[in-house]
Amino acid sequence: MIQEQLPILLIILPLLAAPLLVLIGNRRLCYLVSLIVAWLVFLISNALLVGVIQTGPIRYEMGGWPSPYGIEYVVDYLSAFVMLFVSGLGAIVLTYAPASIQQEIPLSKHYLFFATFLLCMTGLLGMCITGDLFNVFVFLEISSLASYALISLGKTRRAPLAAVHYLILGTIGATFFLIGIGLLYQMTGTLNMADIAARLEPNIGNRTSLVAFAFMTVGLCIKMAVFPLHTWLPNAYTYAPSAVTSFIAATATKVSVYAFIRLVFRIFSPSFAFETLPLDQALMIFSLVGIFVASTAAVFQSNIKRLLAFSSVAQIGYMLLGISMANVNGLSAGIAHMFNHALIKGGLFMVVGCFALRLGSLKIEDMKGAGKTMPWTSFAWVVGGLGLIGVPLTAGFVSKWLLLTAAMDNNWFHVAVLMLLSSLLAVVYVWRVVETLYFEEPSAKARIAKEAPVSMLIPTYIVIGATLLFGCWTVYSAELARLAAESLLIAADSGVMTR
Amino acid sequence: MSLDQALGLYNYWIVIFLMMTGFYIVISSQNLIKTIIGLNIFQTSVFLLYITMGKVAGGTAPIIQGGHGDHGHGHDQSHDANHSHHVVDHVDSGQLQTGSESFGEKANAELGMGHEHDHSATMQEVAAGQTAETGELIQEAGEVVGYADNDAAAVAGELLPTGPVETIEKIYSNPLPSVLMLTAIVVGIATTALALALIVRIREEYGTIEEDEILELDKAA
Repeated sequence: MIQEQLPILLIILPLLAAPLLVLIGNRRLCYLVSLIVAWLVFLISNALLVGVIQTGPIRYEMGGWPSPYGIEYVVDYLSAFVMLFVSGLGAIVLTYAPASIQQEIPLSKHYLFFATFLLCMTGLLGMCITGDLFNVFVFLEISSLASYALISLGKTRRAPLAAVHYLILGTIGATFFLIGIGLLYQMTGTLNMADIAARLEPNIGNRTSLVAFAFMTVGLCIKMAVFPLHTWLPNAYTYAPSAVTSFIAATATKVSVYAFIRLVFRIFSPSFAFETLPLDQALMIFSLVGIFVASTAAVFQSNIKRLLAFSSVAQIGYMLLGISMANVNGLSAGIAHMFNHALIKGGLFMVVGCFALRLGSLKIEDMKGAGKTMPWTSFAWVVGGLGLIGVPLTAGFVSKWLLLTAAMDNNWFHVAVLMLLSSLLAVVYVWRVVETLYFEEPSAKARIAKEAPVSMLIPTYIVIGATLLFGCWTVYSAELARLAAESLLIAADSGVMTR
Repeated sequence: MSLDQALGLYNYWIVIFLMMTGFYIVISSQNLIKTIIGLNIFQTSVFLLYITMGKVAGGTAPIIQGGHGDHGHGHDQSHDANHSHHVVDHVDSGQLQTGSESFGEKANAELGMGHEHDHSATMQEVAAGQTAETGELIQEAGEVVGYADNDAAAVAGELLPTGPVETIEKIYSNPLPSVLMLTAIVVGIATTALALALIVRIREEYGTIEEDEILELDKAA
């Protein structure tokens, strides 16, 4: 019985818990409740993934209304996979958060932090699970509004400014998406994604569908922080509290990538996007330029969070590169990289949170010699950094290898070469920090620093350890990504929705 | 596109004008409050776009009158029609054809299938011809409805199964876009409120809401 209601529980639990936390108002109780809810949500998404593997896609009709009339929730390989790591990282970051936010957010605001955090998670999960296009917009805005609020909680005065800038660009992006939804609705008279796809097919490529597709793509590109629409991201990630950055950097942009994959492969068709329109070439160029510009920018940053933020912009490029190849290898590489990068970047931002707590600074020069006083934290950086570069036995290697083979399959040798070159840039910026940590005389701040508290180190090591685990054992990362990619392409090839 | 058509689409021109105005304000303004106002105008234009989609000339609010309604039937029709503006309630088999398409709706149809030139051309002619008729048809439909209102309740129970050859047609505006926009308006209000709250904090910290001055303060710091 409860098994059937899992899709809705996944959304309802955190959504209802958030206002409850505001009513409770007690810091410790709030933390306990939000922690329980977050781990429950993680368990539910695990159960959903198992359900999908065993019995195929799960459809849940809201309020018992049959599908094109009522709102429908759809759990398939792709959405279950994305929800799994979104909820998993949400739960782990929440476990990690208390010690970190103690220093960065006033105690009186903690209950609001937990409530907003759960709302953000609700929005991201909702975007994954819903089968209704307007619902995607609503959940997009729930997660966005929550993340603007979370970012503005940062300690410096620049945090609210970064949040406002993100809000302005984010709202433009979301409104573009809304315009696209409107035009699609005008053409098809329905909002259910599968239904839209079926009704769109006969006149795909007419002017309204072109305009709708353009608006939605640009809107999502802002949310994905595709170069050159990434300008909101570096400041937002840099000035947000560490725990917030860990969560948002790991999940928010990936969920937008997920929405984009659905848009291209499930609502429109890859042949429309990549053959009728030259979107694959456009994406490839923007991705490659973005990878190089952002990686180069990362090399020259003096603030470690900013360095990672620029690296995030570059990594989004790899995901889009995979998607733009539109074959099974490329798409599964893109999807696998969503997962692997979520782990790596989430883990690295958690490491940075540990440094920020003990050193009280985010400047790389203040981290000099911290390898001696904070050995565990520094070692976590090394492992995570290796993953970011894509060294064998780390998760980063798996997705980059898939991407490379996909590029070879397409005979895109220049892309393959450029990818390898860009990895060298990652070596430079990761190594720069490693060198500062281990091979420099300790700075005044590093000398008196203690090792980060265990309550932060354990979650950090779980995530960092997971990057190693999924570097060797890919059943639940790359294999699932491949299944998801195959089901997307099969549905797109047959032209008719597999219902 | 003839002048008549261009004027007939005046709602869309307003939408585009508002959209560009709002967008321009967002891009050009250095004052954060003005930027947010621009954002509001931009969002409002989208509300108008949706509401325009749902409007059917001469259509009324979609409320079933007279208690004869077969509710489920109406819903099905609205979904199956490619442009679900047209909800028709038949009491019995139709004498009145569902011909009273409005000009606005034809314009919508044309927007949807812009590239099929020959097809849309004939539709335009039909549409032009029908604008004159529309008024009469609606009146006629209105009279029939009035008649039905008085009688249908009384006769529905007995007469419907074998019923007289009598047709009732009503034109409804599509309520769904308006409902969607209620949600979008709430989202817009939340965004504005959050933005204004953040701007209050920025002013407390920097003492100004002009972006260029804030940037200078940040550089000096």
